[in-house]
Amino acid sequence: MLNIKDLHVQLEEEDKQILKGVDLTVEAGKVHAIMGPNGSGKSTLSYVLSGRDGYEVTSGEATLDGEDLLDMEPEERAAAGLFLAFQYPVEIPGVGNMTFLRTAVNAQRKARGQDEMSAADFLKVIRAKAKDLKIDADMLKRPVNVGFSGGEKKRNEILQMAMLEPKMCILDETDSGLDVDAMKLVADGVNALRDAGRGFLVITHYQRLLDHIKPDVVHIMADGKIVKTGGPELALEVENNGYADILAEVA
Amino acid sequence: MAEPATQSNPTEDRLATLTMPQNGWADAARKAALARVREMGLPGRRDEYWKFTRPDSLTQPDAPKASLFHNDEGPLFDDMDRLKIVFVDGIFDAEKSDDLTMSGVRIDRLATSADIHWAADLYGSLEADGHYVQRPLAALNTAFATDGVLIHVTDKAEKPINFIYLHENETSDAILHHVVKVDAGAELTLLETGPAAARFNKSMEVDVADGATFHHVRAQGRDHERRAITHIFTRLGTESTFKSFTLTVNGRLTRNECVIDIQGDDAVAHVAGACVGDGDFHHDDTVFVTHDALRCESRQVFKKVLRNGAVGVFQGKILVKQGAQKTDGYQISQSLLLDDDSQFLAKPELEIYADDVACSHGSTSGAIDEEALFYLRSRGVPAGIATDLLTLAFLAEAVEEIEDEALRDALVERLEGWLERHRG
Repeated sequence: MLNIKDLHVQLEEEDKQILKGVDLTVEAGKVHAIMGPNGSGKSTLSYVLSGRDGYEVTSGEATLDGEDLLDMEPEERAAAGLFLAFQYPVEIPGVGNMTFLRTAVNAQRKARGQDEMSAADFLKVIRAKAKDLKIDADMLKRPVNVGFSGGEKKRNEILQMAMLEPKMCILDETDSGLDVDAMKLVADGVNALRDAGRGFLVITHYQRLLDHIKPDVVHIMADGKIVKTGGPELALEVENNGYADILAEVA
Repeated sequence: MAEPATQSNPTEDRLATLTMPQNGWADAARKAALARVREMGLPGRRDEYWKFTRPDSLTQPDAPKASLFHNDEGPLFDDMDRLKIVFVDGIFDAEKSDDLTMSGVRIDRLATSADIHWAADLYGSLEADGHYVQRPLAALNTAFATDGVLIHVTDKAEKPINFIYLHENETSDAILHHVVKVDAGAELTLLETGPAAARFNKSMEVDVADGATFHHVRAQGRDHERRAITHIFTRLGTESTFKSFTLTVNGRLTRNECVIDIQGDDAVAHVAGACVGDGDFHHDDTVFVTHDALRCESRQVFKKVLRNGAVGVFQGKILVKQGAQKTDGYQISQSLLLDDDSQFLAKPELEIYADDVACSHGSTSGAIDEEALFYLRSRGVPAGIATDLLTLAFLAEAVEEIEDEALRDALVERLEGWLERHRG
């Protein structure tokens, strides 16, 4: 589903290489996790895939079901089925959460040649999904993420994911800033979306999120590359011994 | 032999094109106003108060041509129950207007020869009092206004009054003057819509008595080449309320001056505006609020969206006189510059002679928040629509100053339409 080949990326503003040849394939129905120390390039990978400004791809490719992601605008990537749950969801004063979501859902449907969702249908669907994530009517009405707690922001990300039903979900440190209960709620939301046709890439520092969202494959990223790939046991190894051993072993 | 250069006098050149209407009751006020114009002279480029806006096209003898602009939008507020008073190129049109009677209000035309005592006292007097800073174009208006209405509100008006200004002649040069007197405890909502004329000089004097309420919602459209100078002069009594909101879209030159004189204790005055300009667009909001009473509140909220070289100006002043304790004055002017070519010029001023007051002011210029834009796009919202959403969000603080939800929704719909047509 998601194919990344030899991806090299540097910052646009300065001559600094961040990704130095990333190779990664996420198959439909699978959950892949990327772990790695700070500064290894994990978040950069998520931003480059979703089309954020400020990065220059110097070589390599990234495709989603064969379509060249890197050639698309961010909204086209979204319509093609890519979704990034932000590490730091953005607050947007003056734009209602509900308006935002409905605009997004209908823009994607339109881009795919589907009929727009009526206001009534949309309301019915979002109410049910919000309830599962313990998002109340007030949070739906408020401006996007404004005044939301850390946990509420992350739940709001998962709500967006549930409404947009993407093919490929990237979760960028979704566990950061969450207490145990909030993490469980978010993980339940993600697990409910696991599906044979959907791939996940879960970026995290810590193993504990992976107790709740069980990965099929775990990658270790360091210095802009995937340096080791294994099963769920690799995450436990990191948890017990830190990154030092693994990095020493591949060096 | 070369002719000696004759000294031209722009004020006299302009006055030479005008004829003072005669209608008895207003004649003395008109003559006094003409004397004020001559004394002050029309504004020129070196006038401090016109530093950011060139007055030439407003003062030159003839109106510059403004072609008519049509789009498929229907008349604003059309589904609302209101009393319509229509002016075509600044001339009252009885046929297009509703019958000028409704309960709670007495409406007369400015051109009436009947002696309307209250209007004779008021006509030109708030304008004459409003010259802490010289406003010669307002004095010119008082002297030469050819049409307008006199509204005496004696009770809660049955429904809003809507001045509808149609523009049909490409060189029309209209001077309108309205006078509104809201009696103690009475209430009126006044709506103004339409492009009016190629060049429009409009004044409105509004006397809001104790405990009275005056709401004003205006939509200045739509023709790209039109020019307008407008003044509102208002005097507020004890526990009275004045709220004015203006939406401006398009227009080569618009200057809206609002002069608020708070004379009664515990009064509230809000003046707000939102404008969107693309290209050859110059919009100037000039506000002067005088606090001369206890515990009064004033708010100025102005937001401007500018692109492709559009220019926005804000000159706003709060004057708190000695003894006007517990004044609460607030002023914010902000612009959203959608490109590097547009500019916003702001001159916020506070002048305070009382020691127990809370006054704040702020002015900012900014671009679209790139983080927010990316966030919206990453959810599949196309860049153009995302920019519109963020633009409406920027304007929201000003638009929310309109209390009536139906009026607010109607104006937001206009804004959405404009943004859609002007998507970059």
